Amino acid sequence: MNQSSDPRSIQSLIKPKSIRPTVFWRLAEDIPRPLNTTLMVSSIAVPLLLWWLVTTFGTIDPKFLPSPAQVMEAFGRLWSTRELLKDTVASLWRVGVGFLLAATFSIPIGVLMGSFPSIRALLEPVFGLMRYMPAPAFIPLLILYLGIGEAPKITLIFIGVFFFNSLMVMDTVKFVPKDLIEATYMLGGNRWEALTQVIVPHVLPGILDACRINLAAAWQLVIVSELIAATEGLGRRISVAGRFLKTDEIFVGLIVIGIIGLSFDLLFQYLLRVSCKWASQKR
Amino acid sequence: MFLQIKQLNKHFATQTGTLVVLKDIDMTIAQGEFICAVGASGSGKSTLLRQIAGLDSPTTGEVRIDGKRVTGPGPDRGMVFQHYTLFPWMTVQANTEFGLKLQGVPKRQRREQASYYLNVVGLSQFAQALPKELSGGMKQRVAIARALASEPKVLLMDEPFGALDIHTKESMHEFMIDLWQRTGITVFMITHDVEEAVFLANRIYALGARPGTVRKEIEVKLPDRSHTIKRHAIFHDYRDELMDLLRRHGQEAALAVA
Ligand SMILES: Nc1ncnc2c1ncn2[C@@H]1O[C@H](COP(=O)(O)OP(=O)(O)OP(=O)(O)O)[C@@H](O)[C@H]1O
Ligand SMILES: [Mg+2]
Repeated sequence: MNQSSDPRSIQSLIKPKSIRPTVFWRLAEDIPRPLNTTLMVSSIAVPLLLWWLVTTFGTIDPKFLPSPAQVMEAFGRLWSTRELLKDTVASLWRVGVGFLLAATFSIPIGVLMGSFPSIRALLEPVFGLMRYMPAPAFIPLLILYLGIGEAPKITLIFIGVFFFNSLMVMDTVKFVPKDLIEATYMLGGNRWEALTQVIVPHVLPGILDACRINLAAAWQLVIVSELIAATEGLGRRISVAGRFLKTDEIFVGLIVIGIIGLSFDLLFQYLLRVSCKWASQKR
Repeated sequence: MFLQIKQLNKHFATQTGTLVVLKDIDMTIAQGEFICAVGASGSGKSTLLRQIAGLDSPTTGEVRIDGKRVTGPGPDRGMVFQHYTLFPWMTVQANTEFGLKLQGVPKRQRREQASYYLNVVGLSQFAQALPKELSGGMKQRVAIARALASEPKVLLMDEPFGALDIHTKESMHEFMIDLWQRTGITVFMITHDVEEAVFLANRIYALGARPGTVRKEIEVKLPDRSHTIKRHAIFHDYRDELMDLLRRHGQEAALAVA
């Protein structure tokens, strides 16, 4: 109490502070384009370079860590026999079907859960529980129920994506301002119109983002599913290569998986940008 | 009478018991009037407007428009909200057309109607802009155009200019007066800004707080409605009377709490 009555005493306690100008440490601000590009390129180039240096000048057994050149060679080999293409197509097909099925059901269900407290109360507890059961833990059951063909693999992806995606879509719906829905009613809209013409367009960016994140999960699960029982697929390729100590082929598999995953991610980001210009952060 | 509020009470159940927000509100509004309800923050202004809009239903009492009891929201009441409520993915034009679209008006007619009201609010050249490209005042003008496009019986406004700076506010006031005189629409506007109320309204309801009650009804008779009127003694008299009313009741409320 006494301190605040003497303004000078508090002044003496305040440490002088100022924000110095910076380029690299800008917080939530854009950095110059050239710097941005340089940093992004080095993000890939530096690890590549390190890899090359270590394998060229170090004395590491190529069975342990093959050089970039050896991996490229393995890539050429697998490509020329068309095995790699077959594997990639098989994995892509499983992810495509499993993910599309999961998205087809989870998006409307998530929107309904977010919009109607009644439907949320009905489904949220069981979905919340299912979400914490890791999808790979279902593999024994799926093999028991569905055998070892494509069905259990696709179902695995479905389980892994469906519950997460429903709950994430539900969350985006909760952020629709109530005012917008009330404005719709005042303009003569009914509940159905508020749902389809206001809630749905408002959550579209959120849905695309949820799908983008869960597609990454689907991509992981397809690899897991192929480690169990498959005749082709990128996951299968890796496990076979591991059995025969073909480390270079493991690397090929990993890199192809990474690049395809990243391409999907970029595709979704692009979709988000073109379809929802209104939602972009920048004014 | 055109818009009638009869013995309206609104209670909310809260953790600490029942909160009486509106108590025995009676209002009678004729067609073509410009009404302002003035009250301090928390006096239940938004709550009152929501009962008229039909977004909420009174605990007891009723609201009637054209003799018909209000039971839910509908496009016969145009609403301008306290916060910006434009649909961010729609252009200004699409926002303005949206109510007509919901009511099944064919494309060509609703385009014409929306363009007409965008012209009324002076935003024709922004028809293809997105809401995020507009300033606050422009957003509220689009919201007004959107509400007017359905040709409602009454325009309900909840502190529509509360977030605007004084100059933008002034031009919005002149715009409202002009709009009201040209279209003859009935306006029920809520505000905590005493000068705004005196300048715009032909009748003012001064609301007391906790619980919200009608403390006084003041007929405003100004010789004209240009912004120079704000310098006249008659304007000051109205303003001071209202200020005293709100201040006195504010103190009473504070004492009641203590
Ligand atoms: N849904 C609700 N549940 C409980 N209390 C509520 C609810 N809505 C409003 N209230 C209470 O009613 C009182 C009046 O709220 P209201 O929003 O109508 O005030 P206001 O006059 O519009 O204030 P402001 O000028 O700040 O917008 C407040 O004390 C608020 O806490
Ligand atoms: Mg309010």
